[in-house]
Amino acid sequence: MESTYHKHAASPINWKDQGRGALWDSFGMLSPRRQLRNPVMFVVYVGSWLLLALFFHDLVVRNGEALFTGVIDLWLWLTLIFANFAEALAERQGEAQANSLRQSRQEVTAKKLSKPVRDASYKEVPGASLRSGDFVLIEAGDLVPTDGEAVAGVAAVDESAITGESAPVIRESGGDRSAVTGGTRVISDWLIIRVTQEAGHTFLDKMIAMVEGAARRKTPNEIALSILLVVLTLVFLVVTVTLFPFSWYSVHYASHSGSVISLTVLVALLVCLIPTTIGALLPAIGIAGIVRLLQSNVVATSGRAIEAAGDVDILLLDKTGTITYGNRSAAAFYPVLAVTQETLAQAARRASLADETPEGKSIVMLAEKHYPQSRETLPPEAQLIPFTAETRMSGVDWNGQQLRKGSPDAMKLWVQTLGGTWPMDLDGVVQKIAGDGATPLVVSSGATVLGAIELRDIVKADIKSRFAELRAMGIRTVMVTGDNPLTAAAIAAEAGVDDYLAEAKPETKLARIREYQNEGYMVAMTGDGTNDSPALAQADVGLCMASGTQAAREASNMVDMDSNPTKLLEIVQIGKQLLMTRGALTTFSVANDVAKYFAIIPAAFVSTYPQLSALNIMDLSSPTHAIMAAVIFNALIIPFLIPLALKGIKFRADSAQHILRRNVWIYGLGGIIAPFIFIKLIDMLLVVL
Amino acid sequence: MISTTILTAAVLLLTILLALPLGRYMHHVYAGDRFWATRLMGPVERGLYRITGVSADQEMGWKRYAVALLIFNLIGGVFLYALLLAQGALPLNPLHFVGVQGGSAFNTAASFITNTNWQDYSGGSTMSYLSQMLGLTVQNFLSAATGITIVLPIIRAIARHKTKDLGNFWVDMTRTVLYVLLPLSALFALILMEQGVVQTLTGEVRADLIAPFISGGKTILHQIMHVGPVASQEAIMMLGNNGGGFFNMNDAHPFENPTALTNFLETLAMILIPSALVFMFGHMAKARRTAWAIMISMLLLFIPLTLVSQHYELAGNPVLTQLGISQANTASLAGGGNMEGVEDRIGAGATALFATLATATSTGAANGAYDSLMPLSGGVNLFMMQLGEVVFGGVGSGLATFLAFMIFAVFLGGLMVGRTPEFLGKKIESFEIKMTSLSILVMPLLVLIGTAIAVTTVAGRAGVFNPGAHGFSEMLYAVTSPANNNGSAFGGLSSNTRFYNLLTGMCMLLGRYWTYLPLLALAGALVEKKKIPAGSGTLTTYTPIFIGLTVGVILLVGALNFFPALALGPIAEQLAPISTLTH
Repeated sequence: MESTYHKHAASPINWKDQGRGALWDSFGMLSPRRQLRNPVMFVVYVGSWLLLALFFHDLVVRNGEALFTGVIDLWLWLTLIFANFAEALAERQGEAQANSLRQSRQEVTAKKLSKPVRDASYKEVPGASLRSGDFVLIEAGDLVPTDGEAVAGVAAVDESAITGESAPVIRESGGDRSAVTGGTRVISDWLIIRVTQEAGHTFLDKMIAMVEGAARRKTPNEIALSILLVVLTLVFLVVTVTLFPFSWYSVHYASHSGSVISLTVLVALLVCLIPTTIGALLPAIGIAGIVRLLQSNVVATSGRAIEAAGDVDILLLDKTGTITYGNRSAAAFYPVLAVTQETLAQAARRASLADETPEGKSIVMLAEKHYPQSRETLPPEAQLIPFTAETRMSGVDWNGQQLRKGSPDAMKLWVQTLGGTWPMDLDGVVQKIAGDGATPLVVSSGATVLGAIELRDIVKADIKSRFAELRAMGIRTVMVTGDNPLTAAAIAAEAGVDDYLAEAKPETKLARIREYQNEGYMVAMTGDGTNDSPALAQADVGLCMASGTQAAREASNMVDMDSNPTKLLEIVQIGKQLLMTRGALTTFSVANDVAKYFAIIPAAFVSTYPQLSALNIMDLSSPTHAIMAAVIFNALIIPFLIPLALKGIKFRADSAQHILRRNVWIYGLGGIIAPFIFIKLIDMLLVVL
Repeated sequence: MISTTILTAAVLLLTILLALPLGRYMHHVYAGDRFWATRLMGPVERGLYRITGVSADQEMGWKRYAVALLIFNLIGGVFLYALLLAQGALPLNPLHFVGVQGGSAFNTAASFITNTNWQDYSGGSTMSYLSQMLGLTVQNFLSAATGITIVLPIIRAIARHKTKDLGNFWVDMTRTVLYVLLPLSALFALILMEQGVVQTLTGEVRADLIAPFISGGKTILHQIMHVGPVASQEAIMMLGNNGGGFFNMNDAHPFENPTALTNFLETLAMILIPSALVFMFGHMAKARRTAWAIMISMLLLFIPLTLVSQHYELAGNPVLTQLGISQANTASLAGGGNMEGVEDRIGAGATALFATLATATSTGAANGAYDSLMPLSGGVNLFMMQLGEVVFGGVGSGLATFLAFMIFAVFLGGLMVGRTPEFLGKKIESFEIKMTSLSILVMPLLVLIGTAIAVTTVAGRAGVFNPGAHGFSEMLYAVTSPANNNGSAFGGLSSNTRFYNLLTGMCMLLGRYWTYLPLLALAGALVEKKKIPAGSGTLTTYTPIFIGLTVGVILLVGALNFFPALALGPIAEQLAPISTLTH
């Protein structure tokens, strides 16, 4: 079903204000404690202080090195600022997004009663303001604002958003059918509930904590990547530190000319070699993943879940709401013997004219489509018989004609009470309709049965192509439905899912998930009913609808504020994109080192071995310019890549092979070539300046 | 150039043709299948287990496996150390060599148990026959077998799932020696003997000179030539990637490598088992296409580098060219090119091919003087080792390190396709990255820090004979080779000093055990993981783009670690203007 919650447009990223704020933040983040959290950038931090000290030393001793050291040091500090800026900007966006989501939650309204009586006065309040013990009146058409317990009334409740069952269920006070679930909809009669669960902000609070620096915890892949970056940093530290004795030996024992590599050049080389680009952007990439999730109104309770979403092999999707529209529509009329199609259609239309449910409207539409000539309106004296949970039928008394439609067993009872007979061939028709994956409704006029209407699930228009996309990405889809296997198979074939789970009960769902996991697959599912909780907890990614019960929310690791189960597909994309961005920028960062070597190594050693100028393949103007250009490129590439880190690299639903080819060319080969061009350009600018 | 290219192609092609059935054979051996070989050798194998009390079907976890490996190597090392010290008092010493000096004995013991076979001594004039046969040749077998026992658990970790069992070290060791190394080297030794490689227990041979000459007022009529059990050691030293020659001249010596055919076969023998292990991996891990991808990656790394080396060798020395000395490719000039330190019967091109293969694998043998290679060819030797010995690499250890690099490539590639990286169905998470990094990190640290120590200490610089950038290359080589368990020597450096014995000895031990223990721990973690079924969303490890990524990662890691050092050594030397060299 489509969301009936207030859908707020993802708040647009306000680059200007957030950028200004983030810029201030990035200076504040220059404390050693904060820098220590990012080992790669901490090395730059230490180097910056070191060169600052050296700069003052050079100034005092007037050795002519001060300008060079000062320029390099300035760019090292800028490198740090840029890195901080990336993180701060991502944080600010995350907070802004979380706040706007928090506001939107409060716009769900509830009719809060002063006392649990039908006629008591009520006040419309935001759903989020409800507290445990409050009484709320829910009338036909209203959403249940939060979990509660019915204390008065009887109503038919559409729980399809939670259970996937299209048929409404009865909720009444007392007994074991008194629990109502937030997000479900009362479709007939009314209920008074006592709130048992506050619609709190716990998820949002958790989410905000994930965005903000202090509480942010690294996800498994982020940890693995950080280890790799630390190792690279360590190796390059040794490479540069040992370069000093190598240079010293070459000057004093091998070549007897030139000067030993200076501390400034060593620090510059180190900073250029260590993976500062990815090191600076890594926190921002992670936060941006959460922000993208928030923008699609999904709240994750852990970063781990977002990553896991990228790994999902199998999606368990509820049929109703995800694959089919939540409500069924009339597809065909089946008159019994001696009744014409037109008579049946006419009667069905009349019986449904006052029926405001989507199913009822669809019957009217179908009748008018077949017989456009008969479009009479409801006579004023007609008496409406609304659907109730007790009778499970509805209709109208039209000029003394008792027109009724309802489920076959309810109608059988009704007709027999009136002394009518149940036609022999109708059972066959009813069975045939059910066998085709549809729902039969029987129509009668007085004690005479006229025939049956076929109500059919309508498969969403674009869903088949989305499943095909998923298949190309290596993700299998499994449809979960309470329908019988025949019905399920028919819809599964129409929607193009890979597999289906019919007559699904919570236990069978759980068992199926375990089965897949034992085969080594990662499983994602959506759910919201309390009875879904074990399965949600078992699944690697459990997406709970905002309308879900508290238990279901706690069992799952993501909550969709729109209660739109199709969101799972989007979440998988966000998860994949997050990992792809990290991988691509790591590759890019490391590949950049090649060009930096070609800039710095000849510059550093040309005084010792003049022939090494042959390695200056970029033809940089002078050794100092070469080193400056490399350091400046290394710093500038960070802000240059911030938009990419925050938006994520381009995602295309494609097989792993194609994605890898694309990204290796762009970020691997591009990472090798791009710095050659930009370092040369920066060098040309330095000459002009 | 054309004939050298044909030679290179022939060696590589024939190796692959032989490695394919050998790989399948080894797969059967380690799977414990019953087939013709077990019918032949099975009773011996079972007899050995009965005597030693090994229960063959008892599998080990990674820790027990690692402990068994370490203890076995430790005992072997201590035994060899004691044997070398005591050789003067032991039999089979026809030339009456005294016991080996302590520092050298430690260095040699470390060298031979780690499959490095770095020799700080001159074999033919230091070691008694007992030391050569019971000490060195035995360790040639055992250290090579140890290399294979390193890679077997890693392959099993990929093939198996949800278990802790990685195989039984004693069984793997026994089967390697019994079914693979002994039969192959026996066969190879016979071929070598047929070609004239000596195999005898006689101490020396006296030959009448055809052209007697006068030296120091005395007419020299005879020449005393050392001989000995050469063919048997030669066979295993090539097949097992040991490379420690019987004579100091190694494969340049006519008694070790007399003919063009022996040179061809010895070249081929270096990469036979490493290549076969790749195909064995394909069978064991049921990943034959990935095995081919590994083979192709290795060739992609090897061929361009060996062509560079061959090119510079055949182009000859530019200084000589400038002096108008012909280095043309003619038969009378033994093929021409840079003939310094090259045997006439082998030629410059074949020497370059041999040199690149000896350093690409961990063989470290030499059929010429590596110190006399052109600077960039020597640089190729260095770089082959500095890649981490992954191009074919040492027996077992090479494939193990290659798989570690592949895990790196899988990690980057996996992230780039948007999934938690997985290698052949096994998830690569932080522990795996930690262990892989630890393993790959050790070698560059050893080389860089070791060289830094050598250049900054008087003792380190004392060994250098050559001035200029070449002297730096020599020190870099002297640390690179042991740290990679290669064992080849650049020469030009007196390495039998207390300083270098200790430095290189430590490099060998750390380079071996610090590199491979983390990989065993990695195997221990991988084997417990469940296998994720492959789909179109998973990264395939045999596509051209993945091969490119793997090769790129290996080259990048190697280049980034060593480019500055290489720039100050071979690159500076090669680029040196001729004017500065001629005076």
